[in-house]
Amino acid sequence: MSSPTEGASETHDREAGSKRGAENLVLLSLAAATLAAVAFGVLVIVLPDTQLLGLALGGSLALLGVAAVVAGQKIVPQEIAIEERTDFGERQPASEVVEMVRDAERGVSRRRLLVGAAGASGAALGAAALVPAVALGPKVGETIAQTPWSRGRRVVDSQDRPITADDVQVGAMLSGFPEGATRREFGASIVIVKVPPGELEISARMRADAPEGVLAFSKICPHAGCAVAIYRHPLYEPTTERPALVCPCHYSTFDVRRGGTLEFGPAGRDLPQLPLELNAARELVATGDFVGQIGPSYLGVRK
Amino acid sequence: MIRNLVDYVDERLGVSPGARKLLRYIFPDHWSFLLGEIALYAFIVLVGTGVFMSLYYVPSDAEAVYRGAYEPLRGLTMTESYLSTVNLSLEVPAGLLMRQTHHWAANLMIIAIVLHLLRILLTGAFRKPREINYLVGVTLLALTVLEGFVGYSMPDDLFSGIGLVISYGVALSIPVFGADLAFLIWGAEYPGSSDFFPRLYIVHVLIVPAAIAGLIGMHMAMIMRQHHAQFPSKLATERNVVGYPMWPGYALKAGGLMFLTAAVLFLLGGLVQINPIWQWGPYEPYLASNGAQPDWYLGWLLGSLRLMPALEIQLGDLTLVPNAFWGGLVFPTITFMLMYAWPWIDRRWFGDRDKHDLLDSPRDNPRRTAIVISYFSWVLIIFIAGSIDRLYLSSTVPYEAQVWFLRIAVIVLPFVVYFATKRLCEELSAREPRPLRGWTGKVVRRTPAGGFETVELDEGVPAVDGANGRNGGPVVKEEAGAGEGARGS
Repeated sequence: MSSPTEGASETHDREAGSKRGAENLVLLSLAAATLAAVAFGVLVIVLPDTQLLGLALGGSLALLGVAAVVAGQKIVPQEIAIEERTDFGERQPASEVVEMVRDAERGVSRRRLLVGAAGASGAALGAAALVPAVALGPKVGETIAQTPWSRGRRVVDSQDRPITADDVQVGAMLSGFPEGATRREFGASIVIVKVPPGELEISARMRADAPEGVLAFSKICPHAGCAVAIYRHPLYEPTTERPALVCPCHYSTFDVRRGGTLEFGPAGRDLPQLPLELNAARELVATGDFVGQIGPSYLGVRK
Repeated sequence: MIRNLVDYVDERLGVSPGARKLLRYIFPDHWSFLLGEIALYAFIVLVGTGVFMSLYYVPSDAEAVYRGAYEPLRGLTMTESYLSTVNLSLEVPAGLLMRQTHHWAANLMIIAIVLHLLRILLTGAFRKPREINYLVGVTLLALTVLEGFVGYSMPDDLFSGIGLVISYGVALSIPVFGADLAFLIWGAEYPGSSDFFPRLYIVHVLIVPAAIAGLIGMHMAMIMRQHHAQFPSKLATERNVVGYPMWPGYALKAGGLMFLTAAVLFLLGGLVQINPIWQWGPYEPYLASNGAQPDWYLGWLLGSLRLMPALEIQLGDLTLVPNAFWGGLVFPTITFMLMYAWPWIDRRWFGDRDKHDLLDSPRDNPRRTAIVISYFSWVLIIFIAGSIDRLYLSSTVPYEAQVWFLRIAVIVLPFVVYFATKRLCEELSAREPRPLRGWTGKVVRRTPAGGFETVELDEGVPAVDGANGRNGGPVVKEEAGAGEGARGS
């Protein structure tokens, strides 16, 4: 097995032990692995049950694994080999390579200019290759600031029914959408809560946007864009915390009595409010776009 | 038959010298050397199951109505991405087995790489001459985490959408160019144009896996070139490599490990449910679920986003640094930069520029072990912060109090861990001999004169004399120094 020319490597055959038993075990495992593999094939066609398929395929692989390990450990000759390491630095002196590279410079008078010119054209070509990649995306422009909300848009629920002021209960949270607009749009969804007007701690202007204490906010968290889907409403004030809208991703917490100002968590901005009024049928109607921009922060988000 | 085959190939390509070297390649034997192999085998399972799934998955945000077998979803409008993944899971024979095995394999690959990295850091295997390969390994970790994230974003179920919107928020938060970059990737404001899912798909099935496969090839080529590092023993020195040759025993055992890894993954995929997307429902930007958690390997990023206080840097009405930038990009950048720079930091810190083919036992280099464990504890605390909403439910400690506790812990605890680990290592290495495995049995060696001698090795005798470990520096380092000195002169 070990060749006599292999000077650096010395080997020794260990006692292989009783190979007969090991061979039998390997044969048995291989036979069972074959059966399990066939069973997998049959099951896919006849009864594709995930558990049975997993057992058959996993079992077949496990038996193959056992066979291979036992064969490697008990059947084939065992040896430990020792080999000298090669020292790369010594064997191939790096200076020779450097000389070979430098050979190219012989007789070249304007080496730096040539290398510089080659570098510049390479950089220009690389930049040119990047331009199509930049063209993949549209300009940010104004689209990021636009939402489907405008003066006179009614607020509807997920079934397209208009939401009235009486649908909104203190202590509960509703989701709303602009009537007739796509809901997948980032700026579409709002959360609606009701706070008894006497408990509101907001400016007169914001109060005017919250008829009968009904407040609407963007449902998109100004931190990283998740839906603000939790409404924490206290049962035992003042021992429990104040009512707040909470984002379940990073737990930015917005105080509803203070008009969605950040109370805790990582968001850098408050929750933008959507100004509302009630029409003759007491339905919620937007009186304009959000006060402030919705969605996660970027360079121009406060403009 | 083997002779004919080898002759045929060899006459045309002249491969037998290379093949002979490959068959005689020596593997030093230690269980911790198998972690990287397990990551490789998980990758093979990922490719196999992934090819299967790519035949069924439709990367599209086009809307369709579900009319399949799963009653609760019937009649719902959803994207083709979600619809095709639900159908793959519930109607394609063996589809769910493949999808679940794929998901389990991704988890296994990443945990195996992380543990492999820990082994490399603790034993000093990143030192000269292996720095380049270490950089390749760290890059593989980064790419695998990215690949995992893109992978579970593709089904467009509720949780994958929540993950994607956070990544959109983090992209937006890049100072100055964030919005442009996010629009470049998504093709429009979130949830993006119809180009977005095809882009995710090609990134997940071609670009990143090709990069991973290429880097794995480089990783293994460099290992073959340099040979494995090894723990010191009576036979193993800085100048040699001692272990099992590839052929026949080691190849069979390694192949067996591959089959066993695949077996565990397929058994998990068949018997243990993971990410049942039909239960989560389709994603809409206005939907979120309490207690949504990403796959564990993104927990550290979730935690860093949660722990960061509400800080945004503004100049006039310009938002120069949005909040998500700190937790979503600054923290992982620092984490990976520290990992990338570690061989050079270590080199300066210990003033050790020598070549090392012998590994340190973690206890014999208390300062390095302490800094590595301290670094991992820092990442781990932030990882824990990713699950404090779950901890809140199972404890009575308020969420806010946990956040404040962890904000302080993330600064204080790494120092505590550093000193505790250092002390522990010093005590361990002073008290007992290192538990290194010695070779047992008889070994025949060639003498310089050309004859043979038999060396007896006693069972259970520690490979390195413990007494030497007590006098400050480990034996290993002294030997290394002597070797290097002799060679340098």
